[in-house]
Amino acid sequence: MNHSIALVDCNNFYVSCERVFNPKLKNKPVVVLSNNDGCAVARSEEAKALGVRMGEPWFQFKHLAERHNIITCSSNYALYADMSDRVMSILSKFSPNQEIYSIDECFLDFTGFYKDDLTTYAQKICRCIQQQTGLSVCIGIGTSKTLAKLANYIAKKNLSFQGVCNFNAMAIQEQNKWLHKIKVGKVWGIGKQLAPKLQQIGIYNIDDLKNINPSILDLQFSVSLKKTIYELNNIVCFKLEEATAQKKQISCSRSFGVLITSFKSLEQSIALYVSRAAEKLRRQNSYTGSIHIYICTSPFNKKESCYENSVTIPLPEQTDNTLTLIQFSSFGLRKIYRNGYKYQKAGVILSKIVSSKERQSDLFSKKDKQKKSDSLMAALDQINALMGKKVLIIAAEGITQSWKMRQSNMSPRYTTNWNDLIVASQFI
Amino acid sequence: MMADTIRTHGGRRSGAGRKPGNSIAQPTTVIRVPVNTAKVIKNFVSTLTEDRPLQTHAKLSELIQFVRAKQHTVFPLYTSKVAAGFPSPADDHVEQRLNPSDYLVENDAATFFVRVKGDSMTEAGIFDNDVLVIDRSRTQQNGDIVLAILDGEFTVKILEQSKKGVTLIPANRNYSVIEIKEEQSFEIWGVVTGSMRKFK
Repeated sequence: MNHSIALVDCNNFYVSCERVFNPKLKNKPVVVLSNNDGCAVARSEEAKALGVRMGEPWFQFKHLAERHNIITCSSNYALYADMSDRVMSILSKFSPNQEIYSIDECFLDFTGFYKDDLTTYAQKICRCIQQQTGLSVCIGIGTSKTLAKLANYIAKKNLSFQGVCNFNAMAIQEQNKWLHKIKVGKVWGIGKQLAPKLQQIGIYNIDDLKNINPSILDLQFSVSLKKTIYELNNIVCFKLEEATAQKKQISCSRSFGVLITSFKSLEQSIALYVSRAAEKLRRQNSYTGSIHIYICTSPFNKKESCYENSVTIPLPEQTDNTLTLIQFSSFGLRKIYRNGYKYQKAGVILSKIVSSKERQSDLFSKKDKQKKSDSLMAALDQINALMGKKVLIIAAEGITQSWKMRQSNMSPRYTTNWNDLIVASQFI
Repeated sequence: MMADTIRTHGGRRSGAGRKPGNSIAQPTTVIRVPVNTAKVIKNFVSTLTEDRPLQTHAKLSELIQFVRAKQHTVFPLYTSKVAAGFPSPADDHVEQRLNPSDYLVENDAATFFVRVKGDSMTEAGIFDNDVLVIDRSRTQQNGDIVLAILDGEFTVKILEQSKKGVTLIPANRNYSVIEIKEEQSFEIWGVVTGSMRKFK
């Protein structure tokens, strides 16, 4: 029996979330900027039409924005996360198997559904999400995750599909015709580096890829490309992953609001990111064995001298203790910091992460030391969960944080804060 | 010199080792048993040898019968704690304590809250600063109180739809009925299903 896998993807998710609560943004070019208002991370159709590219730095399209009255919003992740949660929870009612793939996408398994017409079923899902959350979604259906992704891509780009493209209800010739039109770089898992290599051996579009014999590719290309080719030919290689796997790596990085030169400010920012990363680490109940920190100057500013460096510090004992991690990160920063540069970004990556069960303790460390550390961190997390995120902070994070990121146009947290609710004006 | 030294280390020492004449009164052997059965087996054997010398060739079934007969009167004094007072007659009837969310919110994923500013709905019991519950999973019907967007502004009114068009009706005599004109932008955001107010 052939599988029926659907990919549901929200359209221009961040912009759409902003529009649900701010009707004045409708039918206007809107761009949501990344943390620190750095670059475009979501664009409304109107903004796309004006030529704002995904990931484009703000200062590069500033003139365009001014000329066409493009509205820019700072990213409001509290809002997006809550809206995502709502969408996923509604979608979970339409299939027993759901894989939440990202903040705005999920796979649903419709295999074996006794439904005459999955296309109609998918359209019903679109209407339901639209009504209940105000967000519009597109759905692609295929025999594999790879085909579902492509079907979704087609539904997004071609309004005639009215939001749903179902490969499984399409004649094979027609499906191939669509695949022929799409460049090979658009296939799930084939990135910018792989696409040119494939073009060299004469594979330009997805239909070409589908018809290649995977065995001749073996030496040059990875196994996952082979799997992709099988998936294009209706053979499932990537199953739905329902349980969210523990993260093997946790990172936290930001661009600064102002360029930083002093060691102290840099040290504070690193301490804050370590703090955030350690919180995430503890939330998934695991420990890290290695901390990596990096700093860099702006890659766009050609006038100033550039510097970037990073250091990885293996930890003597796997830990989840913010204080310990900050000690090591400050030590590392001292090694890579150079005076006289204007730093624009810093970040922290925790890796070699193990779950609490796999954790190895240090033979020579004291038992009660670990117990004390655990209860201190638990108390820190509990107080912050109960009384607000920044009630207890590590002093190394700094109190004033003058370097903090710009979020000049952040919308209210409409769904997560009582003081930020939508206001209904009753003066008319 | 060496020959005169009394050896205190190594070799056989008289009087060492297990004494003969233990409770079983015959030669013993070491056997390996699974840890979780060790206690049961010890118990069995000790019961077996309590009053009588063990017969070497007794059948297993006889042994079991004997042990059963000896053990069947033995009960533990108590296995768990019992509260000294009268057992709670409510134990079988414990229910979840009431939660206002359950009362107000039917469909969590589709429910939003909105703050009221102004007094155009006071006669419907909606006052300044109230928080209203909006359930977007409901389809609006005539007479429903709805949150609508009129020319880009949120407002709460009573909905009246007919062949002639859509009207928004306030619940306060000082305000006038709003007839939606074609050139106006209008959208119903959701149906108001409840309200919340705090006095302190």
